[in-house]
Amino acid sequence: MPNYRIHKTEYIDETKRVSFKYDGKTYFGYEGDTLASALLANGIHLVGRSFKYHRPRGIVSCGAEEPNAICQIGSKKDLTEPNVRATELELYEGLEASSQNCWPNVKFDIGGINNFISPLIPAGFYYKTFMWPKSFWKKVYEPLIRLSAGLGKSPTGPDPDIYDHKYVHYDVLVIGGGVSGIIAAKMAAKNNLKTLLVDDKKILGGSTIYQNNESIKIDDKLSSEWLKNEIQEIKKLSNLTIKTRTSIAAYHGYNFLLAKENLTDHLPEEKKKNKIRQRLWKIRAKKVIIATGSIERPLVFNNNDRPGILLSNSINKYLDYYGVTCGENIILFTNNDSAYETSISLHKKGIKNIIVDLRKSASSELIKQAESLGIKIYFNHVVTNTFGYRKINSLEIMKLSEDGNTTIGNKIILSCDCLGMSGGWTPMVHMHTQSGGKLDFRDEDQVFLPKENSEDQISVGSCNGDFDLENIIDKTVNKINKFLEIDNQDYQDTNIICSKENDKRNIWLLPNKIPLGKTKCFIDFQNDSTAKDIKLALKEGFRSIEHVKRYTTTGMATDQGKLSNMHALGIIADTAGVKMGTLGTTTFRPPFTPLTFGTLVGRNVGKFFEVVRKTSMHEWHVENNAEFENVGQWKRPWYYPKNGENMHDAVQRESKSARDSAGILDASTLGKIDIQGTDASEFLNRVYTNAWSKLAIGKCRYGLMLNEDGMVYDDGVTTRISENHYLMTTTTGGAANVLSKLEDYLQTEWPELDVYLTSVTDHYSTASICGPNSKKILNKLFPNLDLSDENFPHMSFKEDKLKNINCRIMRISFTGELSYEINIESKYGHSLWKMCIEAGKEFNLTPYGTETMHLLRAEKGFIIVGQDTDGTMTPSDLQMDWIVSKKKYDFIGKRSLYRSDTVREDRKQLVGLLTDDPKEVLEEGAQIVSDVKSKPIDMLGHVTSSYFSPNLNKSIALAVVRSGKTMKGQKLIIPMENKNINVTVSDTIFLDKENKRLNA
Amino acid sequence: MFLINCPFCGERDQSEFSSGGEAHIVRPKQPTELSDDEWAEYLFMRKNIKGIQFERWNHVHGCRKWFNVVRDTSNDKILSVYKMGEKPPVNYK
Ligand SMILES: [Zn+2]
Repeated sequence: MPNYRIHKTEYIDETKRVSFKYDGKTYFGYEGDTLASALLANGIHLVGRSFKYHRPRGIVSCGAEEPNAICQIGSKKDLTEPNVRATELELYEGLEASSQNCWPNVKFDIGGINNFISPLIPAGFYYKTFMWPKSFWKKVYEPLIRLSAGLGKSPTGPDPDIYDHKYVHYDVLVIGGGVSGIIAAKMAAKNNLKTLLVDDKKILGGSTIYQNNESIKIDDKLSSEWLKNEIQEIKKLSNLTIKTRTSIAAYHGYNFLLAKENLTDHLPEEKKKNKIRQRLWKIRAKKVIIATGSIERPLVFNNNDRPGILLSNSINKYLDYYGVTCGENIILFTNNDSAYETSISLHKKGIKNIIVDLRKSASSELIKQAESLGIKIYFNHVVTNTFGYRKINSLEIMKLSEDGNTTIGNKIILSCDCLGMSGGWTPMVHMHTQSGGKLDFRDEDQVFLPKENSEDQISVGSCNGDFDLENIIDKTVNKINKFLEIDNQDYQDTNIICSKENDKRNIWLLPNKIPLGKTKCFIDFQNDSTAKDIKLALKEGFRSIEHVKRYTTTGMATDQGKLSNMHALGIIADTAGVKMGTLGTTTFRPPFTPLTFGTLVGRNVGKFFEVVRKTSMHEWHVENNAEFENVGQWKRPWYYPKNGENMHDAVQRESKSARDSAGILDASTLGKIDIQGTDASEFLNRVYTNAWSKLAIGKCRYGLMLNEDGMVYDDGVTTRISENHYLMTTTTGGAANVLSKLEDYLQTEWPELDVYLTSVTDHYSTASICGPNSKKILNKLFPNLDLSDENFPHMSFKEDKLKNINCRIMRISFTGELSYEINIESKYGHSLWKMCIEAGKEFNLTPYGTETMHLLRAEKGFIIVGQDTDGTMTPSDLQMDWIVSKKKYDFIGKRSLYRSDTVREDRKQLVGLLTDDPKEVLEEGAQIVSDVKSKPIDMLGHVTSSYFSPNLNKSIALAVVRSGKTMKGQKLIIPMENKNINVTVSDTIFLDKENKRLNA
Repeated sequence: MFLINCPFCGERDQSEFSSGGEAHIVRPKQPTELSDDEWAEYLFMRKNIKGIQFERWNHVHGCRKWFNVVRDTSNDKILSVYKMGEKPPVNYK
């Protein structure tokens, strides 16, 4: 096996050999490697196939910008993770990774055929081709595209890992631990500011930490040595927290940032167990200093995507940091000085290399150094083609014309096994723009820079376009002093020598003799879009960068176009003949690099996913076999199946018992609002449609609450407990919103009212006993209470003690039966319930759930707000005009009740429906029509509630129907998939219209 | 995510608050006197400004108090916070 690890470095621990699997084969690397560096050390460049053309692709970079080396980690179904960048993944014992974007395998890829039919796959190909025929999309195109696109596999089992969230507050957050970030952190922390420094790498120091060029010196030391000293110093600062392996995922307004800290991803499998895998930091910082650096640009030329073609600076890092050379015969293709650093590093380690430089000439100290080492430089030359299928083996260069628009002279073929490219540097402005910051364009080196406009945030160093180390004191230190309003002098005497110069010759799309249509000049490696695609999009009329991006999919892959966006913009500008700065950029959106769902969700999984509310009787329901229904956050008993009953049978039995003898319902979840104050009656007058002033103490009244638009919002019974004290009940689901709405009116519209609202939903538990025998049961529980109709009539309230515990008892009914609601402090709720059950035994007191409750009330035609109403129903639509006071001058929603739209006679109105076949139960939600023959069918309304009533022995339903009020007795049709159901419009009350049962 | 300075509790995270739309829309004292158009104006029409906007917020997971906020909707900066019934401390156009 070849070994490209050619020297020892302090970052690779050669005593710790690590074995790992890649595409099923076992390899070795060392502790300190990334998967990418370990693969390169084994001579592996080919790591995937491109998305569209399935061309072989190799590792391009050494960081977050990597477009090609995307892999699937792990083989277990619950632990596998897609879209992991091999350049960021630290190697650990037992790692299993596979190349993602290829099928059936990386070396023989069936989709490679796309490469040969590529003239048929232009920009917008997927949009244009797979549009037709429509039926082909689901059955043919989509499965095929998915199979060969290889976007990675999602895990299919629940994530067994533990994730964590943490909230922190800092005076200063510094993003990025390169030279500028370290200086910033030190200055802030030494000046009594509580500071957090985050860096996504394992160690601090950015690209300077492995810098060993003699011509770049700080205070007479190698820049890397100087920086190591600085790092030692800042580690001692008590005010400074340093978080490595931590990357900022999102920068929101008000300096609220999300950071992901990797805690165990670099550990061997057995050491990961029972530890928190990743932690999401939720950071609030008073000030943020962005020092995220810059990334090297590729160059756009024909066949610039072969394995073995990397960014020049990445070749340097693999060499000086990991001790790995990317080839033995390397060519560096550049338009600026930075490739010369790579060249000199390679030369020092004995790696043969030559330079192809776009510039006509250059004469910085660095270049002189390269020349003096005898490194061959082709100035004013351009790479026009590359060769080699699975890896580059040679390339072709030509001379550039004077204006740089064409190539001239003879082709020169150079052999090589690796090509480094450097198109200059792109400042990482993602954080700045995510926070809402705007950008300026600097023409001289064609970069977008942060436009400073905030007192809470600055960018320093190369992410601010300050590439020049020599000016770091002027540009960075002084800026930080001003920003933090401090006067730090630590760096005033620092002496920096840097022999690099900044000039470059920028050509976005390099010239070629071959017509563009026959070239493959890739811009976005991950989404496989080329310069030709961009030009085609422009030709087809696209102008906005956002449109071109979507049409060509440039910059839309998981790397968000970190390497491609600038070139796309440059080519658009050049083609359209406009200045690049006027085009604007595409929007950078969070996350900066992909986040796992686990990290975002943290500990809120399983039973912590959502709050669950249980009544104090809950355990009894569980013990007695209840099936539960979620109502908002509440768990409510739905029905209590006995001896293997299904829901229908259980509900028929429960509802029959409730009407024949007695039933009991846990009504604790109903919203309860305690209303007190001298203006309580007036307040109720204003919020309900009916009148309240005359309600006697000890009496209860049903109320309907509207929105200001006149639509029914909530309903419930309110009891007058004393002169200035009411207890309001609301629907279970509406409790919180009703309280909010009432508070809103009280605080903002009627602050003059003396009224206090308190939610007491959780404070009281409620058992509701109904049925002809309910009075007898109440009598057993409260032997001293006079239950006669004279003393305790329907819609009234009494207080009594149950074993010395106060109870509030209301005689109110939602079932139409004689019915009592017993309220007790919640801690006694479970006992109350058990005592009721015990007392009710001789009367076959039957616990019933929400389904039976719904059935019983439907028999009586009582509405459920939210089931029979949907926010578009007025009281009149519900045939409840009786509850709207004509006398009251005003109440919430009153004026809306006679707007032209609410008085329309053809509004949808609540009606009853009886099926012609009494056994036929309608489906809730089913559409209602009068004529199935006319096309299009005129939809008149829909079924809102539907049940089989055991007490009436027939099917009943409530529905909203256009002009329903006038349709009583009329025949309508419910068209279903296989048949039409005939129904007759009826009254909404199906049972006991005379209310005899209430006083049975 | 905003930091909102509740006039009763101090600076808290936006997740504790709920927004209540445009501020200083007074409920008409005599709705019955209004024409359909006038009532619709109160009921439905909102300015939705790009720039300086007066808004109502409720510290719903805190003190439950409603209060007013002056916010520049173009950059989300909250310029001022004041109680119900009060005028904004500085005059904004
Ligand atoms: Zn508050």
